[in-house]
Amino acid sequence: MSRALRRKLAWIAAGLFCFVAGWALPGWGGLAAFALAYAIAGWEVLWTALRNIARGEVFDENFLMAIASLGAIALGDVAEGAAVMLFYQVGEWFQAFAVGRTRGSVAALMDLRPESARVRRDGREAEVVPEEVRPGETVLVRPGERIPVDGVVLSGLSALDTAALTGESLPREIGPGENAASGCINLTGLLEIRATKAYADSTVARILALVEEAAERKARTEAFITRFARWYTPVVVVAAVAVAALPPLLAGGAWGTWVYRALTFLVISCPCALVISVPLSFFGGIGAASRRGILLKGSTCVETLANVRTVVFDKTGTLTRGAFAVTQVRPVGMSRERLLEVAAHAESVSTHPLAAAVVRAWGTSIRAGAVTEAREVAGQGVRVRFEGHAVLAGNARLMASAGIALPPADEPGSVIHVAVDGAYAGSLLAEDTPKPDAAEAIAALRAVGVRRTVMLTGDGESAARRVAAALGLDRFFAKLLPADKVAHVEELLRETRADDPRARLAFVGDGINDAPVLARADLGVAMGALGSDAAIEAADVVLMDDKPSKIAVAIRIARGTLAIAWQNIVFAVGVKAAILVLGALGLANLWAAVFADVGVCFLAVLNAIRALRLR
Amino acid sequence: MKKSFRLSNLDCANCAAKLERALNRLDGVERATVSFLAQRLSIEAADERFEAVAAEAKALVRKLEPDVTVA
Repeated sequence: MSRALRRKLAWIAAGLFCFVAGWALPGWGGLAAFALAYAIAGWEVLWTALRNIARGEVFDENFLMAIASLGAIALGDVAEGAAVMLFYQVGEWFQAFAVGRTRGSVAALMDLRPESARVRRDGREAEVVPEEVRPGETVLVRPGERIPVDGVVLSGLSALDTAALTGESLPREIGPGENAASGCINLTGLLEIRATKAYADSTVARILALVEEAAERKARTEAFITRFARWYTPVVVVAAVAVAALPPLLAGGAWGTWVYRALTFLVISCPCALVISVPLSFFGGIGAASRRGILLKGSTCVETLANVRTVVFDKTGTLTRGAFAVTQVRPVGMSRERLLEVAAHAESVSTHPLAAAVVRAWGTSIRAGAVTEAREVAGQGVRVRFEGHAVLAGNARLMASAGIALPPADEPGSVIHVAVDGAYAGSLLAEDTPKPDAAEAIAALRAVGVRRTVMLTGDGESAARRVAAALGLDRFFAKLLPADKVAHVEELLRETRADDPRARLAFVGDGINDAPVLARADLGVAMGALGSDAAIEAADVVLMDDKPSKIAVAIRIARGTLAIAWQNIVFAVGVKAAILVLGALGLANLWAAVFADVGVCFLAVLNAIRALRLR
Repeated sequence: MKKSFRLSNLDCANCAAKLERALNRLDGVERATVSFLAQRLSIEAADERFEAVAAEAKALVRKLEPDVTVA
């Protein structure tokens, strides 16, 4: 609690004490106590009202509260005037308190800011603020410390806690040559990192800027509330004047009765419950999403996300790992193990991604001396001598050039044929395999009401078909060039709108080469953003890790947030309207009005804070 | 050019909304946003006039909400 809040609480407590004393004391003593309670609770409001009138601002809630409470006193009830002021202050205090707490917990969620950095300079270790680290310098990060700037590990093996960035609780292993993202906590071993970026360009600084700016991109619902608030106060004041003056003038009503009824209008003239609870709901929702490693670039994204009915995926790196793995081994005339051993040794001389997949598939270490006379044939494969045998490993063209006949086959993915001493020995099939949570991601999207799931890929038809079938996608388009992807997204946008004009389309990519598509879609989602600047720039929603299942989570959080915001709008407007009607009919007195008003604010703020706990 | 400022002691949501409206009416301001929750003010204005506009905006904040400080 801040000092200002504590001071205000002390004033309220003093006011309440005098108020209670007012009931206890008889006669003039009680009246004096109520007057004192009013002065303690209300001096600040009265003072601000006067100050604002001097500046020419009349429809100010301080002024209106002053009129309402002074009016009650003038009509002869000092206790009521004091109560109005006191409860108004309680409401204001609670508002400030709740907002402070929410801000604090969102800030804690995003507490990524590294305190300091240890830099090796002139052979000595110096502790500096992260902003002073220059790219190219060597930074030391001990276990338990936060990585201050983005860099590449020079030496050391460790595990990183990326939870603050990705929401992922499993530590990530890291070693020499790998990228270390700032904001992660080093867990086990000392790491030496060469800084590749200055602090301001590092992941952590960019994320913090993004989250802070998110509040500036206001949702349509928020803009609506701001417009509503602007008209609400003047309309209520005009209505109050009408209620006070018209019945006595036109129908001969008693002035005291109708002025009193008008005062109940003024008590609820502040649109605070709305103005605070709706943005607070969005803020909470954005905070809840960031806790799961989902960064929303503004409240606008919450509304768009909630209406997503079509999700278009880029295949490679989004639904699939973006790395080859051997999925089938078909030996001819030798054991499966032997074929893998021969192929792995032959491919060990190559740097091709397919070759690396074959070596990984064998899984046992390569006997370096066993391979001789290695020669790589560009675009075809390798020719080596392994344990005295002439081995060929590569594509169909390599086999053709050696005059080796292949069995007829039409396979998706990439095939590596192997021949030993001039005889065909079998083949290995390598594919880009789906991510472990990809099928679950599609099912979860369907469960939250997404009607179309579509995959776009530059890969061949048969490989795309297999992935689409395995994951349960509705549709896929294969053999696409980058420009084709934009055209397909435009067509899908039209289809989505044809179903329902409010339906939205999200495109999910890994942020590499798909900026035009990200921009064309209603909502661009970039994933695996840990360390990728392009993705953070281009997208509306950034998934810090590379899990497609987070998209359904984001949609759920967005829907929950929007529901809470609308609950608050309906509730607050409904209660205020009810008080207006009851007040005009003389069924609600000032006590009821101020209780209802403060109560609405209280409940709406509590409801908004619920958004922070959405998951 | 766009620049953000940190606000402190902005303690009422409706005041923030009023402040935002007033700032957007200020001559030279292309877009101003006041975020009560982030306690931030951001101002967009033409590069060559930015310093003058920002100074005027700060003066307006001081006038409308004397308790609020802009940093």
